[in-house]
Amino acid sequence: MSGLQVVVIGAGPAGVRAAEALVAHGQRPVVVDEAPRWGGQIYRQPPPNFKRAKRLLYGFETGRAEGVHGAMAGIVERIDYRPDTLVWNAREGELDLLHRGRSTTLPYRRLIIASGATDRVLPFPGWTLPGVYSLGAAQVALKAQGCAIGSRVVFAGTGPLLYLVAYQYAKAGATVAAVLDSARLGDKLAALPALLRQPAVLAKGLYYRAWLQAHGVAVHEGAAPLQALGSQRVEGLRWRDGPREQQLACDAIGFGHALRSETQLADLLGCSHAFEPLQRAHLPQRDAAGRSSVASVYLAGDGAGIMGADAAEWAGERAALALLEDAGVTVDGTRAHVLEQRLARVATFRRGLERAFPFPVDWAANVPDDLLICRCEEISAGELRAAVRDTGATELNRLKALTRVGMGRCQGRTCGVAAAEILAHASGLPIDAVGRLRGQAPVKPIPFSAGAA
Amino acid sequence: MSIERISTDVAIIGGGIAGASAALFLRRRGLGVVLLERDLCGSRSSGVNYGGVRRQARPLNQLPLSQRAHGLWGRLRELIGIDGEYVRSGHLKLARSEADLAALEAYRELTRDSGLGLQMLSGAAFRTRCPWLGERAIGGSLCPDDGHANPRLVSPAFARSAQRLGADIREQTPVLEAGHDGQRFVLRAGGSLEVRSEFLLNCAGAWAGPIAAMFGEPVPLTAGHPAMTVTEPLPMFIDLNLGVEGGGIYARQVARGNCVIGGGDGYALDVSRARAGSGAILAILQQAGELLPALRHAHVIRSWSGTEGYLPDRQPVLGPSATTPGLIHGFGFCGAGFQLGPAVGEVLAELVCDGRTSTPIAAFSIARHTSAVPIPA
Amino acid sequence: MPLLHRLTETEREPIAFVLDGRPAHALAGDTVLTAVLTQGERLRQSEFSAEPRAGFCLMGACQDCWVRNESGARFRACSTFVEGGMRLLTGALA
Repeated sequence: MSGLQVVVIGAGPAGVRAAEALVAHGQRPVVVDEAPRWGGQIYRQPPPNFKRAKRLLYGFETGRAEGVHGAMAGIVERIDYRPDTLVWNAREGELDLLHRGRSTTLPYRRLIIASGATDRVLPFPGWTLPGVYSLGAAQVALKAQGCAIGSRVVFAGTGPLLYLVAYQYAKAGATVAAVLDSARLGDKLAALPALLRQPAVLAKGLYYRAWLQAHGVAVHEGAAPLQALGSQRVEGLRWRDGPREQQLACDAIGFGHALRSETQLADLLGCSHAFEPLQRAHLPQRDAAGRSSVASVYLAGDGAGIMGADAAEWAGERAALALLEDAGVTVDGTRAHVLEQRLARVATFRRGLERAFPFPVDWAANVPDDLLICRCEEISAGELRAAVRDTGATELNRLKALTRVGMGRCQGRTCGVAAAEILAHASGLPIDAVGRLRGQAPVKPIPFSAGAA
Repeated sequence: MSIERISTDVAIIGGGIAGASAALFLRRRGLGVVLLERDLCGSRSSGVNYGGVRRQARPLNQLPLSQRAHGLWGRLRELIGIDGEYVRSGHLKLARSEADLAALEAYRELTRDSGLGLQMLSGAAFRTRCPWLGERAIGGSLCPDDGHANPRLVSPAFARSAQRLGADIREQTPVLEAGHDGQRFVLRAGGSLEVRSEFLLNCAGAWAGPIAAMFGEPVPLTAGHPAMTVTEPLPMFIDLNLGVEGGGIYARQVARGNCVIGGGDGYALDVSRARAGSGAILAILQQAGELLPALRHAHVIRSWSGTEGYLPDRQPVLGPSATTPGLIHGFGFCGAGFQLGPAVGEVLAELVCDGRTSTPIAAFSIARHTSAVPIPA
Repeated sequence: MPLLHRLTETEREPIAFVLDGRPAHALAGDTVLTAVLTQGERLRQSEFSAEPRAGFCLMGACQDCWVRNESGARFRACSTFVEGGMRLLTGALA
């Protein structure tokens, strides 16, 4: 490794643009990515033998996807690219990598974490049934494997991704039985002024929704799933239509409520965190350029707060420029400023999105005791509430120690948000006062073979 | 800010299993108790340790205390209201060589009358009993009634039980200053609390050194950080709490199927937090994979560590202060305090109430670390 | 009825594997998750409730999709590509 010894974690839009900027300034970063091909989740590439044109995979985002893919293709010969590689632990100056069942260490002097995000999950009874997937999963099935998650699919939750995935499915020829958006028309109207900060993005969102309705897909607002029905797999959905209860037949459900950031590595590295009310999450803090509280660690893209794919590209490039500047390399200050201005405009748009698709703050109050919150360990809402009642627990790690919530293979990625909401409601505390699950190595399961010399 | 002033019989610093069980037994004897815990009760080493509940392999002079604890573990539900996943699985200390077997035999001989009931296993009988052990293990010493429990559940439950009996438990309340005004112990804690008491119990675990120093009896207490890992849930195959003679890994499988495997040293992040570290994790994977071949397709899903207090002779400090009447210490259990915890609490309560205890603890006197002459009981 | 439905990209090299002791077919480039769920309705049974599971996030985060083969080796189905000759099991562990 030469030069500044930079490692970039993640090859999605943020990681790719960060690596590109570093290469443009004469650096040869290591780029580590879990996936076999670059692009992250939003611009995820199917395996090489898939033939669909990119236009069919990425729709309106085709230009941006091709930009990111092409950027990485343009630099791959000039970087140390490590696909299929998990960073399972991180400390000052060194990362632990897992590749093909073997563990190695990778030294670094400067680090850009572009770890991305996964769906934010507020479950409903029956959500562990085969056939119930996250919105992101439904999208991956279609984009990366050419499959629909079912033959008659209901999409539920809220957020722009809800409409995008439903549209992609319907356009690809799947039957979309219904789209259930917990947000109401009033929420969206109130958000319009903020959403107009990114008119192109707003237009796309409106287009997806209009197209769905024009093609006979039932779109319901103020609607939420109550229970997935079926014994061995999904057969139907009971749902709430405003005050009324309805039921419909379906064989798959895709749901989600926006995204949550993958922050385990930033946590392990000791980055200071703060509760961000708009994201409703504790996140590693970063300045406008992406500097974390730890010198030499930079944070870009959705991995430290959801900002969207376009912003992730800008944040990746901006973080690389900050890293270079901090290391004494001359960078284009005007370009850095332009990127920061774009990111600032996005912040207003994100507030608009939250207004248009608000987080259902009454979710925890309404879920039944027998709802599974932690699917890895099968811990129910009732068990969490009983622990709060019987022990007075008011902190999420204490709740984890007592009930096992978040102790499973996924280490709280899927259940962490829901568990915090249940804890806050049961203990009468605001959501920012119940703490956050702390990262521990390995951030994902590692095999015993990794211990072999 | 207004100061809350409390006067009580016994103030306890530290809400781990030692301090919390002391609070419980003191309440049963009717004394007033205030317990001051800087974090949450049972959240530090008492709550994150391996979970072994064993007498075997302890130094001989710990056995009376350990045997007393064994009796209390047998009444756990009566004491704390939950079973804490305590099971008398048996504890098997493995031998990897003839020399190991000889050492285990020698220990069995020395402990013949201590109530451990140790049995040696080797050869065909060993293989039949433990077909899931790899070839490097050639035999071992089995203590049939030793076992394991879930420290995350047990330790906080001691504090809750004490609280139900009327102990005044203050969490998130660090002790800032401790002294004696000639009449009473005076503690300033949490920024707005002042506690006066006739007795003071120093059960502050790895952080007990500074408290002892406040009373003129510093001890060479150092911090250690055992590395721990846990696997995903696996089909049950280990039905014993395993240790290895001469050191190495220790492993147990819980009823839900996860294997808890410790070994080697982690490292401190700061004065109160620790991590296992990759070196220790990978070493555990390698050694456990060899010792327990059924793990070869399994995964480790999490690691952790804690902060334990160690003394140079690997024995705790338990007993009255050598400088200050009414001050009694119970700390420095060198990574082996979980099993002893309930008995430590009962002994501390006896020392307060009766001025003496029936369990031999002279070997654990703080005086061995200081030049002060111990005050006669 | 299988969970996943192929909408497109069906002109790929076929791959033969074994699922719960019976011959099965997938296409080159399928993940193990796709390969199994285009034939069936589950990947595994929950360790605790024995209820069927078929994955959830499809991006390597939720860890719900671990599948084993007849020799006991385990794969995260959504991030492992199916290979010819794989012998996979979805039922309860012995």
